[in-house]
Amino acid sequence: MKDWRYWLAEQRGTLLALGIFVFMFIIYTANHPAGFTANVVQTAANKGVLLAFVAIAQTLVVITAGIDLSVGMIFLLTNCLASWLVVGAPMETALGVVAVLAVGLACGALNGAIVIYGRLQPIVATIATGAIYFGIALLLRPFPGGSVNEDLADALTGRIFSVVPTSIVVLALAVLLIWVPFSRSVLGRAAYAAGSSEVAAYMSGVPIRRGKFAAYTLAGLFAAIGGLFLTFFTYTGEAAYASGNAYTLFSIASVVLGGVSLFGGRGSAIGAVFGALAFRTIGDLLFVFDFDPLWQPLFQGIILLVAVSLGAFALFRVRNRLEWFL
Amino acid sequence: VSSTIKERIADRLPAFLRRADPAVVTAFGCIVALLLVGSLYSSSFLSPEYLLQQLKVASFLGVIATGMMLVILLGQIDLSVPWSVATGAMMGCAAAAFGPAGVALAIPFGVLCGVLIGLVNGIGVAYLRIPSMIITLATNAVAQGLMVVYTGGFSPQDSATAAMRYLATGFLIPGVPNAVVIWALIGAAMVFVLTRTGFGRAVYGIGNRERAAYLSGIDTRRVVMIAFAVSGGLSAFGGVLLAGYASKAAQSMGDAYLLPSIAAVVLGGTSILGGRGSYLGTVAGVILITLLQSILSVLQMPEAGRQIIYGVVIVVMLLLYGRAPADR
Repeated sequence: MKDWRYWLAEQRGTLLALGIFVFMFIIYTANHPAGFTANVVQTAANKGVLLAFVAIAQTLVVITAGIDLSVGMIFLLTNCLASWLVVGAPMETALGVVAVLAVGLACGALNGAIVIYGRLQPIVATIATGAIYFGIALLLRPFPGGSVNEDLADALTGRIFSVVPTSIVVLALAVLLIWVPFSRSVLGRAAYAAGSSEVAAYMSGVPIRRGKFAAYTLAGLFAAIGGLFLTFFTYTGEAAYASGNAYTLFSIASVVLGGVSLFGGRGSAIGAVFGALAFRTIGDLLFVFDFDPLWQPLFQGIILLVAVSLGAFALFRVRNRLEWFL
Repeated sequence: VSSTIKERIADRLPAFLRRADPAVVTAFGCIVALLLVGSLYSSSFLSPEYLLQQLKVASFLGVIATGMMLVILLGQIDLSVPWSVATGAMMGCAAAAFGPAGVALAIPFGVLCGVLIGLVNGIGVAYLRIPSMIITLATNAVAQGLMVVYTGGFSPQDSATAAMRYLATGFLIPGVPNAVVIWALIGAAMVFVLTRTGFGRAVYGIGNRERAAYLSGIDTRRVVMIAFAVSGGLSAFGGVLLAGYASKAAQSMGDAYLLPSIAAVVLGGTSILGGRGSYLGTVAGVILITLLQSILSVLQMPEAGRQIIYGVVIVVMLLLYGRAPADR
């Protein structure tokens, strides 16, 4: 096979997600009363970027064959923290942003430490740490409120040259500056290898523990960037349990739509970004077709159910029945 | 040397303690410790009325945790508990609006809805081989969507039937709340199924190694599917009881039961990887969690503090005895 065919096979999930997103977005803008204008794109981008950051966080953990059910809660916690810290003069604001990101990293590192060095199951461990993060968020903001540096918020949620949404540019920069170097580093490859086959990776001397730890920690960072953006959009902090759970759930849906294997070792954050954008667009389709908004949770749930069931097609390729039982 | 000391200590212990799972003993020890700490705060903690009241509150969690335990023994997990509970309660109350027949069938109908949710989970896990945490999250979202559409976004005004209220708050045996009796019956049935039937053996076998269970002639997929259906049904039944306790159904009534039910099972020494655990441990876990909740609310701990303490307690207890083996 030629090189480009290998590349194509590797990127199939990502390209499929891109295709779904473009297709959905064309239907969306074609039926939107305002059409394909900078305003429509900006609103769609701002909503999609929030989920995209959380989906990248989920991807990092999922490629190690784990799962992080606390991403939504880290997202809420950093939102509440940002509504206290990201205020005031430019210097204070900058320090606040750094502090919020550091807290995200710390949350991710705590998850990683408990799962990897404590040898606990990722599901139970992250449900428990999620409860802790939600509790802290509730301590910070028992009632919705707070404020944010509005100049920064408007700059990051507005448009560059009044055409390109800034939030998309920040998302692209985050992917280029954090995800791409990570996935090509030794640690990133170790995270993939650990997800693909932990025993084989260990036998080949890959630093799997450090790789997985780095993945969990960076997941906290991406969830924190998402939390910052939520603050920039809403100007407030709010510890809403249902919203945190919804983001965790949607991040899993986005990861699946983005072609990332839930069994670990396959997929990319770029695919998950398109998965997230596609998922948001599908949710918004109901809006342009004038459905009752009450149907939205059901519609999103069914998309999620169908998306995860698509993974079952792999069963047709199984020759030996024992392969059913991993 | 240390092993001989351990053996010597073990020799001195009474037989029932020697055979007991250390996790179950730890959980019961924690219950006693919590009661002692509570009694320092207020002497009413050791009164029979208070203990019976706690047992009654615990029985709702106990019914739900029974289903969760069955699924965890298989090495799977059921994250659809929140909306299975809510669906059971809301559909049970909704059925009551359809005349006398509806009132009579309210409880079975609520449970049936939970069984259906569990069946979808079970088919997904057993036949489509979708990871259980993913498919149960998805069915949870679908159940939520269905209930939101059904109620039109508001809390349903339907109230619980008299039968539901009787089951949750009545007294068939003087002094013992019906909810406790129901939990005891369900618990006894569960112990019987787990220890005396082929189905129970199959559950433990699949939890240990599904391939081996399959090769020894068990229809593992059917067993997994039934276990999920039972779990969904028990969650919904828990919801029906809760609706009877509160006299009405509400949308978010199940949210407070996901983490505690997993925690109760795991704190009771059931391995989260499946294949190992006893129902006695789950009983201890349920009572432990309920007492912890009660003491935190007596101390007027705000919701935030409660969540943090929950999370910390679960992580610490798991680190003490829920760790995966070091395989290198």
